[in-house]
Amino acid sequence: MSDLLEIKNLSVSFRTPQGEVEAVRDVSFSLHPGEVLAIVGESGCGKSVLCRSIMKLLPRNAWIKGGTILADGTDITRYSQRDMDRLRGRLFSMVLQDPMAALNPTMTVGAQIAEAVRIHQPRMDRAAVRRRVLELMELVGIDRPEDRYGRYPFDFSGGMRQRSVMAIALACGPKVLFADEPTTALDVTIQAQILDLLRDVQARLGTASVLVTHDLGVVARAADRVAVMYAGRIVETGTVEDIFYDPRHPYTWGLLRSLPAWAKEDEPLYTIPGMPPSLLHPPKGDAFACRNEYALAIDYQEAPPMFQVSESHFAATWLLDERAPKIAPPLGGGLNG
Amino acid sequence: MDDILLDVQGVSHCFRLGKNTVLRALDGVSFQLRRGEIFGLVGESGSGKSTMARCIMSILRPTAGAIRYLGVNICDPGQFRAHKELLQTSRQLIFQDSASSLDPRMTVADIIAEPMAIHRARPPRGSLRNEAAFQLKCVGLDQGCLDRRPGELSGGQRQRVAIARALSMGPELLVADEPIASLDVSIQAQIINLFRHLQEEHGFTFLFIAHDLAVVRYLCSRVGVLYQGKLVEVGPAKEVFADPRHPYTRALLSAIPIPDPRRERERVPQSFDPAQFCREGRLREVSPGHWVLEKEGES
Repeated sequence: MSDLLEIKNLSVSFRTPQGEVEAVRDVSFSLHPGEVLAIVGESGCGKSVLCRSIMKLLPRNAWIKGGTILADGTDITRYSQRDMDRLRGRLFSMVLQDPMAALNPTMTVGAQIAEAVRIHQPRMDRAAVRRRVLELMELVGIDRPEDRYGRYPFDFSGGMRQRSVMAIALACGPKVLFADEPTTALDVTIQAQILDLLRDVQARLGTASVLVTHDLGVVARAADRVAVMYAGRIVETGTVEDIFYDPRHPYTWGLLRSLPAWAKEDEPLYTIPGMPPSLLHPPKGDAFACRNEYALAIDYQEAPPMFQVSESHFAATWLLDERAPKIAPPLGGGLNG
Repeated sequence: MDDILLDVQGVSHCFRLGKNTVLRALDGVSFQLRRGEIFGLVGESGSGKSTMARCIMSILRPTAGAIRYLGVNICDPGQFRAHKELLQTSRQLIFQDSASSLDPRMTVADIIAEPMAIHRARPPRGSLRNEAAFQLKCVGLDQGCLDRRPGELSGGQRQRVAIARALSMGPELLVADEPIASLDVSIQAQIINLFRHLQEEHGFTFLFIAHDLAVVRYLCSRVGVLYQGKLVEVGPAKEVFADPRHPYTRALLSAIPIPDPRRERERVPQSFDPAQFCREGRLREVSPGHWVLEKEGES
């Protein structure tokens, strides 16, 4: 099977008054048909910029510095906005974090979904558009779509709004769905429903998704593969099982250990010391070195390459080099164990 | 009883939304905060958590009921005026969004010292600036931040400044309304540790409002669950999490994602049917200190 999306050595920078901010640095990954790839990391690590650069939704002061984006086998790196218009919606579409901001408050929800349908199929007649909209609303689990068709976003609860946004995103049957923190603005009780919906749509339509999130619980529920990002780079990628049960990168250890869900009551929570580095002048070597208790001398000199752990599992840390001292990982071999 | 710092009795608050619509944000909520404990208040958005915080801080006046702080009914304007100094200095609030709760035009030193300047408190360390520097050190920021403005700080640093400001008056009661909701996982852990450490050091009573149940389980000794303005369950955190009695609490707990893929995928979320969640009746004690809302006549 060919990959739907293949990103090779992508770098994206922003021009700012203070200088160049290297938001995404040399990122490569691929997306297989029908899978959910989760991109996790702290805010400012470049995960949203990565998605937007693939969709070409970057602000004016950003540019793709290098690398290639292959979508369905075609190189779209140099595509103009007009070329992208043909791809957006059909090949890929996006669900954003805040559904209230994504929907137009002055249009009924039905009309907004219809708009998305009509833009891509202008010759469809009214009755057919309406049928398609109702079908989409049903697909994303909005009950009584006929009644809800004429309602405005403010009549909807947060979960219902996010479902409507998903209906818009799915209007033309995209092959890839980008979901940028789709559940952050929602309650826990709604979150589980939306994630299950994401997986359900996946199974029914065969859409592949890129799920951007900072919540590892969300990843555990919804993802097939995970890419952990830190300071603009992917530091570890693997299947969910690889990342949760056999993590290899010190940053992934830190993320997993700082979760309150695993904390013992009388011990303080584990914290990663320090702050993420500024991407204005990214440090030489491994960006995580100064927060890493397992850092080796070489980490401060040279950025580690991706080491292969297993067929699906890669991590960028010098600890995996054969010359590195053997350390006992704080995690792995079954979390919680 | 002497060890009760705050006594919330049957508090209701209604927001008038239009001529004929009234939203009952709080409906007869009663609970007590004991001196020196960390009490967690959880619920979905719209359950009335923030309204409760605002009533306790006298930002809103409850429509019915009474809130007694050290025996003073703060809902009564006469009593409030008589004890204004005590009430305003010994209760402090930390907001969710530190970007909007700190004045962007003030320096960190001024922000932290402002409560003392307002109350003309005599700074125990000489000058207001020294006092601000001391508080800053307590929350783990270095002195270089004193002359910076909130815009130059990261989210975690700003939240620390907000905490330093609240602590500068040496409060008895600290109310934090979703203080970590807008922070990253690794920074959240730092702030939670800080809260725990400061609470042990200062011994203030802490009302922690959150929707992240894993954090509440870790941090709080007692917990109350709000559902559509009603307190449906209250009890020791360990017991409520291990043995939730109210159907809403059970549904809420089943919705927290577990960061462990195998266990998470085996789990079937509980049906979330509002019809099952009783909102009527009264709190019944099921075990010492653990109260659940149940219909009357049921056992």
